[in-house]
Amino acid sequence: MGLTTARYWREVPQRYRMEAGECTACGEIHFPPRRICMKCGKQKFETVVLPDTGKVITWTVIRVAPDEFTDLSPYAVCLVELENGVRLMSQLVDVDLDEIEMGLPVKIEFRRIREDGADGVLFYGYKVVPA
Amino acid sequence: MRDVAVIGVGLSAWGEVWKQSLRDLITEAAVNAVDDAGVEKLDAMFIGCMSGGLFAGQEHIGALAADYLGMGPIPATRTESACASAGTAFRTGLMAVASGYHDVVLAGGVEKMTDVDGGATTRALAAAADQEYEAYHGVTFPGLYAMMAVAHMAKYGTTREQLAMVAVKNHRNGAMNPHGQSPFEVTLEQVLTATRVADPLRILDCSPVTDGAAAAILCPLDMVSRFTKSQAIRVTGSGQATDTIALHQRKDICAIESAALAAKVAYDMAGVGPGDIDFAEVHDCFTIAEIMVTEALGFCEQGQGGKAVEAGETALDGRIPINTSGGLKSKGHPVGATGIAQIHEIVTQLRGNAGGRQVKDAKRGLAQNMGGTGASSTVHILEVI
Repeated sequence: MGLTTARYWREVPQRYRMEAGECTACGEIHFPPRRICMKCGKQKFETVVLPDTGKVITWTVIRVAPDEFTDLSPYAVCLVELENGVRLMSQLVDVDLDEIEMGLPVKIEFRRIREDGADGVLFYGYKVVPA
Repeated sequence: MRDVAVIGVGLSAWGEVWKQSLRDLITEAAVNAVDDAGVEKLDAMFIGCMSGGLFAGQEHIGALAADYLGMGPIPATRTESACASAGTAFRTGLMAVASGYHDVVLAGGVEKMTDVDGGATTRALAAAADQEYEAYHGVTFPGLYAMMAVAHMAKYGTTREQLAMVAVKNHRNGAMNPHGQSPFEVTLEQVLTATRVADPLRILDCSPVTDGAAAAILCPLDMVSRFTKSQAIRVTGSGQATDTIALHQRKDICAIESAALAAKVAYDMAGVGPGDIDFAEVHDCFTIAEIMVTEALGFCEQGQGGKAVEAGETALDGRIPINTSGGLKSKGHPVGATGIAQIHEIVTQLRGNAGGRQVKDAKRGLAQNMGGTGASSTVHILEVI
């Protein structure tokens, strides 16, 4: 996709450090951070670090993958609800694909997302594993 | 605001159309619509196209379409809302006529999808998702809908067989549509054992990759007597709504709220409710999508979409026939053209020209077009004058 280093670098606080934005007015936490609070519309936030545990809300096993992920196929992806209620999308790894279920407790780990390919960047970020 | 009517519709060749380019397709559909309407000139064009850039390396679709239709120098604009691009083209054209800005407007849509390989197609379609927080992690579009399916099955007891019944029904309708890409029937067994794409979805749960274009001609209702070549159909309701781009920020991943909101606006405008609709074309990009949209449009209770298809309520002879054309599933899904192709089917049914798949006494039809996992929806209601 030709992902430039600048585009990658901009997301590093979220992908490497799990930084989210907490609205100082209503306390709603946004991941990724936003300029405007989805709940109350205010525009002032504090940076908070997300908890690293949660549970699977829904999941699938991808068997037809985009070019960059063909080597990993089949692989699981899931929607995770963290302990503070914040949700995020992630790969679910180090798991038997037949044993994934709703509510599975998971933990966030820092992993390589994909090889550099033609883009010249090594892609890192969060994945979840069974807790 | 002025009342508006559709006075002509047209489709291009549809399917894997190796002999025709993007410009060939939109020109063919536009010529057919102009001919159907019997108009000499247009005042403006709005053309839906999701990703001319990624599929064909071609942007600037509005000017391209006007140029090759020989309608330059009229204003021509592309609209983009992922797979709802043509729905928004129709709505934009409708607003242009209703407002009095233009009298005779072409609303069209086009996508040339088979000039790139499968991996590039998957990536182009994934561009409708959140690039940084969904696609980055290797989540595909079938994957997103698969996750909605898993959640819907867990919450409401929707079954794997009920998903398959959507495909069986739509292929049964599509087998009677000579213009479809896959005009053949499939069995429940075939759907349940087809190649796996993203669990629980299999290849026969997914709409295919399609080349195609569609066009409709709009004019003010009080001008239809000038254009008597084909039967005019009135547009009585139009709604559009958005939702969060990413699935993880939805209030409820088991409901498509944008479709419900767009439908409410369209129903209110038309002064009708779900029970007054005779048939509908809905965005069945995946089988689970039809089930969720059936609920969002109010054709059944929330969570009962699977049971509705199982009971035959959405079949051609059911309480509310859905996707009489075969839907995206059987007819095909050129992503930027689909919203107008749905309008084509509604008009065809309301004119009584649908042949073996004709809905009896069809007086009022609804078209719902959707982008992403429901981040965009348009709903239109059309009625016999």
